[in-house]
Amino acid sequence: MSCIENKKYDVIIIGGGITGAGTARDCSMRGLKTLLVERLDFTAGATGRNHGLLHSGARYAVTDGESAGECIKENMILRKIARHCVEETDGLFVTLPEDDLSFQSTFVSSCLKAGIRADIIDPKEAIRLEPSVNPDIIGAVRVPDGSVDPFRLTTANAIDARLHGADLLTYHEVIGLVKDKDRVIGVKLYDKHARMEVEYFAEVTINAGGIWGHKIAEMAGARVNMFPAKGALLIFGHRVNNMVLNRCRKPADADILVPGDTISLIGTTSSRVPYEEVDNMRVTADEVDVLIREGVKLSPTLANTRILRAYAGVRPLVAADNDPSGRSISRGIVCLDHESRDGIAGFITITGGKLMTYRLMAEWATDMACRKIGNKEQCKTAEKCLPGSDLGADTTTPETPKSGGQMAAKGRHGSMAEKIASKNEYDNSLVCECEEVSVGEVEYAINELHVHNLVNLRRRTRVGMGTCQGELCACRAAGLLSNSHKCAERAKNDLVDFINERWKGMFPIAWGETLCESQFTSWIYEGVCGLSSNQETKESQKDEI
Amino acid sequence: MDKQQYNISENNFEQCIKCTVCTVYCPVVAVNPDYPGPKQAGPDGERLRLKTPSFYDEALKYCLNCKRCEVACPSNVRIGDIIQSARIKYGKSKPKLRDMMLANTDFVGTMASPFAPIVNFSLGMKPVKYVLDKVLAVDSHRQFPKYSSQKFVSWFKKHAEANQDAYPHHVSFFHGCYINYNYPKLGQDMVKLLNAIGYGVHLLDKEKCCGVALISNGLIGQAKRQAKLNIESIRKSVIVNSMPVIGASSTCIFTMRDEYPHLLGINNQDVRESIELATRFIYRLIERNQVKLAFKSDYKARIAYHTPCHMEKLGWAIYSTSLIKMIPGVDFVTLDSQCCGIAGTYGFKKEYYQASQEIGQSLFDQIESAKVDLVATDCETCKWQIEMSTSAKVDNPISVLADALDVEATMKLNNVELR
Repeated sequence: MSCIENKKYDVIIIGGGITGAGTARDCSMRGLKTLLVERLDFTAGATGRNHGLLHSGARYAVTDGESAGECIKENMILRKIARHCVEETDGLFVTLPEDDLSFQSTFVSSCLKAGIRADIIDPKEAIRLEPSVNPDIIGAVRVPDGSVDPFRLTTANAIDARLHGADLLTYHEVIGLVKDKDRVIGVKLYDKHARMEVEYFAEVTINAGGIWGHKIAEMAGARVNMFPAKGALLIFGHRVNNMVLNRCRKPADADILVPGDTISLIGTTSSRVPYEEVDNMRVTADEVDVLIREGVKLSPTLANTRILRAYAGVRPLVAADNDPSGRSISRGIVCLDHESRDGIAGFITITGGKLMTYRLMAEWATDMACRKIGNKEQCKTAEKCLPGSDLGADTTTPETPKSGGQMAAKGRHGSMAEKIASKNEYDNSLVCECEEVSVGEVEYAINELHVHNLVNLRRRTRVGMGTCQGELCACRAAGLLSNSHKCAERAKNDLVDFINERWKGMFPIAWGETLCESQFTSWIYEGVCGLSSNQETKESQKDEI
Repeated sequence: MDKQQYNISENNFEQCIKCTVCTVYCPVVAVNPDYPGPKQAGPDGERLRLKTPSFYDEALKYCLNCKRCEVACPSNVRIGDIIQSARIKYGKSKPKLRDMMLANTDFVGTMASPFAPIVNFSLGMKPVKYVLDKVLAVDSHRQFPKYSSQKFVSWFKKHAEANQDAYPHHVSFFHGCYINYNYPKLGQDMVKLLNAIGYGVHLLDKEKCCGVALISNGLIGQAKRQAKLNIESIRKSVIVNSMPVIGASSTCIFTMRDEYPHLLGINNQDVRESIELATRFIYRLIERNQVKLAFKSDYKARIAYHTPCHMEKLGWAIYSTSLIKMIPGVDFVTLDSQCCGIAGTYGFKKEYYQASQEIGQSLFDQIESAKVDLVATDCETCKWQIEMSTSAKVDNPISVLADALDVEATMKLNNVELR
């Protein structure tokens, strides 16, 4: 099936975020010869740096009915096709004494208009349903929000694309587009592992580069005005809430608390950042303060709950007006045919939108590509389940798993967890104790899920995402990677990078137990293991540290 | 900003920095590969159980509740409490008939006392042991503590109660099940010792088993009822009658001080400081020069002290050992502080018997090689375990003190005059 040898495809997709992976799945399911290229790892951009909120659309109902409608439709589709990536928690939009209760009726009627179930419930009932909510609330509306794991969702889309014959190349950066007069006919890539340039050709090239798509479009000679809006979030050490909590008011800073797997997330802020900074996002002290101050209003217990990390992503919004905050910009999908728009044939940009609507974005982009190529296949991504969520895979009530690790793996990989070796004590022994990731699961990820380094492994398995942030698991995982790659030096450098990457996220909230634990981690790695931080980081391994 | 000044979750599980020293100190991990260890069963597991209770692992039943993990923890995480709370909250296995019999020390003791000679005889018989083993899964190797034909309370009412008011000072005595049903002599020794230093001994209004065995066998409702009744009686003694409450069993005292609020949700804040072991009570009187002890000049013994797990958790072994060392004729031997393996009713159960003995093995070896006349310890179940597993005789420090005490000289030293 692989076309890598002759380098000729029907379609090349640039970008390994959820949009790119979703588009690769759709294209390959329709029988197109598909190549996906990504300069770093899957989910390395905005896809891996958001709330993981399975929007019901309620948040946009008042300000952007169109987006809200798209959200609720996709929400219902994801519950069906991506069951192992989704938690059906429901959400509450709560009104605090400082908020205007009259907004509630506007909110509910807008939700209903967009097709979103929205039930006004008694605040007491809301407190009973979600005990962590601020007990002073004066109003509550229940909506079908949930949480979705963007890492799992992207991986599942990528795997399915591969099963349908697509080729996937991570750590391949687009350094130029190959043009024949006014037509884009291929991409010029830098292979970061082999350190060489390669070219691949296709009838259609789809730019799904998120905020980085701005640069890709420039390479084609087109201009897409991206609006880099930074959003910062905090991760709490354990699950504080079991329902998504929102403020029932116009969207503002830090008004969503989402439970995701073992943790809870508060976010976000929104601030314009210069385009040059999008590769180097840092969370500021002011942002941390705002997130805690506002978060405590949603759930008072956040004032005393340990924070694990802070991180920030960049929303790939398309600039439409001079809005300074970027908040009132439509989150709608932008699918650009550069042939009609700029006179550049064979080139499509798919951008805007959001995690929730990735499937629809992929459908639009694939429809456009199919028209250009003359493919008449219909989109089936809304009906066909993703690998891991196929029928029969019941991820909520696993059939008596033998260990916590096996149960955790089933939660992470759905029915694909069957591929994880668990026949002996070694397979079942834990690499990551916080998140219960076994040796078998790590080996499965290394062999099957495009894992080249520890950061990749973290995104596929949650290794290093728990409260220890790599303290105990990173060296064990590095050992397994070293076995697999047969290179201890590379694994050692990777370990240094990984520990530093973990510290970057801890630094903005480094106090209390988190600071204690990071100090302990440095004792282990510097003191006991003799690992020093001044080792040269090879460019090929450098992720977005 | 006043937020994020401290992180407090239930039982401090967020304070865990994953140093894993708890697992190193866990006596079960060393012998049972099926037990995930305190770190994973405790703070790690709690985080997963908060996500979904189906992460509850039945292997948590292997926990002895010895609390040595908590003593080892540098971050003040109440690991043992997390594990026990999880068992209470999520545990699905129901207590068996055997568990109820082992846990209901009051009921079984009341039934056994009148027939003590028959019960003691039959519990020692091979066929009975065989039936207990096969039908109830009580291991046939286990020796049962002997039941006494006269309960401590009956003796006290008949022979001691009348003249207790004549002493200048007063305390309440929580005797517990073991003294009452199995070993009244320890209670008699307590009365002898306290009377000699001028303290009248009084029973609580009502006393029930502290409930430790009910908690560990999952009979939480009954444990709570008994705890409430005990705390009410203790409150009356401490607050109304100004009498602190003392006991001779480290486990009973520990349970009433710490397990009541932590595991049963029974608030004892107002009286907690007035519930203590007699050895601590007496030592602190001596330290404040309020009491002096005089010992027999001919008392000679080589005594080793074994630190029960709950004594280690209380941090009170120093009081018992210091008192024993005050006896001029004692050649004192310090044993390593390690679990003997019995952990209350745990070691009686067939499925745990082997692990129980493996846990205690190095302690038994150390005791045998120390060649002592006596092992002193503050816990009755440690006593059973060590007596069954070694050639040593075991007694409570209170009995050691009472045996060595020169009663008349002590009374004179303390100017005890009966009214």
